[in-house]
Amino acid sequence: MALYSEKVMDHFRNPRNVGVIENADGVGEVGNAKCGDIMKIYLKIENDVIVDVKFETFGCGSAIASSSMATEMIKGKPISEALGLTNKAVTEALDGLPAQKIHCSVLAEEAVKSAVKDYYDKNGIIYDCKLFHDCATCEHCHH
Amino acid sequence: MKIYADNAATTKMSRTAIEAMLPYMSEIYGNPSSLHSEGQAAAEALSDARERIAKRLGCTAREIIFTSGGSEADNQAIITAAKMGEKKGKKHIVSTAFEHHAVLHALEALEKQGFEVTLLDIHDNGIVTADDVKNAIRPDTCLVTVMYANNEIGTVQPIGEIGAVCREAGVLFHTDAVQAAGHLEIDVIKENIDMLSLSAHKFHGPKGIGVLYAKKGIILQNLIYGGAQERGKRAGTENIPAIMGMAAAFDEACDKIEANSAKLCKLRDRLIEGLLSIPHSILNGDAEKRLPGNVNVCFEGIEGESLLLLLDDKGVAASSGSACTSGSLDPSHVLLALGRPHEVAHGSLRLSLCEENTAEEVEYIIEAVRDVVSLLRGMSPVWRDLESGKKEFILK
Repeated sequence: MALYSEKVMDHFRNPRNVGVIENADGVGEVGNAKCGDIMKIYLKIENDVIVDVKFETFGCGSAIASSSMATEMIKGKPISEALGLTNKAVTEALDGLPAQKIHCSVLAEEAVKSAVKDYYDKNGIIYDCKLFHDCATCEHCHH
Repeated sequence: MKIYADNAATTKMSRTAIEAMLPYMSEIYGNPSSLHSEGQAAAEALSDARERIAKRLGCTAREIIFTSGGSEADNQAIITAAKMGEKKGKKHIVSTAFEHHAVLHALEALEKQGFEVTLLDIHDNGIVTADDVKNAIRPDTCLVTVMYANNEIGTVQPIGEIGAVCREAGVLFHTDAVQAAGHLEIDVIKENIDMLSLSAHKFHGPKGIGVLYAKKGIILQNLIYGGAQERGKRAGTENIPAIMGMAAAFDEACDKIEANSAKLCKLRDRLIEGLLSIPHSILNGDAEKRLPGNVNVCFEGIEGESLLLLLDDKGVAASSGSACTSGSLDPSHVLLALGRPHEVAHGSLRLSLCEENTAEEVEYIIEAVRDVVSLLRGMSPVWRDLESGKKEFILK
């Protein structure tokens, strides 16, 4: 289908890092089923480095592709780099998304951040709240 | 394998329709409004096509207007009834919550002009009753418009009974028969239909051509002003090739209604049975009072667009009512009207068969859907929560 780039279709058809990490160090879940998109990201962290990452997604082709790409982009990277992941970078790495699908890349960025926040919270690590904004206030989801 | 199972979206043109069109592109290409013999040959063909279509609907040729398709016919019918009503101070319209957008959006435009619209809820089986309509009609009702069969869930409405109610109340009755024409027997007299819309490309005819039937006595309101074509009610040189293709396709479809229906109902019922054997799924719409080729099922825990893309990879062309495929945040208004919660409506799949589909294809589709649903559920956090008991299944 010409709706999506080859890159999106590749990540959709052969998603990388699908699954669950048991006893993950950080878990982030964003979106809601009413809107038709939920992303869940699991992180395994050692010495401030994301040594493993897995995802589960309920959503459209671009939601699955965005989560797959986001996990690839943060795997093996220090947390600081993962926190710098933007939806724009995910979109670019996918060779673009249709305008109405940009929110999928936003969800991917938020899912990563939410998983890191969970890791910080679990470990009592102090952080700047401004790093994370609550998905419930995200304008991409009106329900 | 390539299987086209999206015939409610559009159909492949039949050989008969294509061949009926060809002479009107290269040989009989005159303008029917012209006096010369080339023009008159086209005018004769036009008149013949009009007669044939009228005969199939049970009306007279004068009551047939050619339009660019179903949407235009719906708009013209609704605006006509509104104008007629307005003159008598009647500005209330009765319709249903699951009409096609060509009807719903025309009604919304009228609401902005001061009309009041009652949209009837549909019952759990995807059907409105004549009693529902009867109870909604008021002294100031100028139009009842109820679709013949729904485009998404395929449920067939009791049009004859609704027509009788409207006739008794003296209210104009329009039906959007885009999904029904050529697939179900229609008789505008017997069913008391005052106006009816149909579209050729839903029954193996060409795209961009349709019909508005308007009973004698109804003064149609123009949407397009210009020349005197279509008795002055729809300007623009007639699309003769498309009209000839439509007439041929309609004749062919109407001749085969019984045979096609018998074949399709069998395929449809097997497909429904096969898909419902996938756990936590549900059929949308009545199992029997539905179009012969329509199957619409929801699967819990997955989203429709990804389902369609993976089915496309397996060669199956289908459609869904998920938000992602509707281009909005909300899933299909039809599934919501049916009472499906958002999260279930997102996981809908519509397969619409035609007489060319085979029993082998149906078996292939069932296996393909089973594989794709299980693959998507395997990566769905919603499905994990449902399976682990963290959340309760909506579809048992």
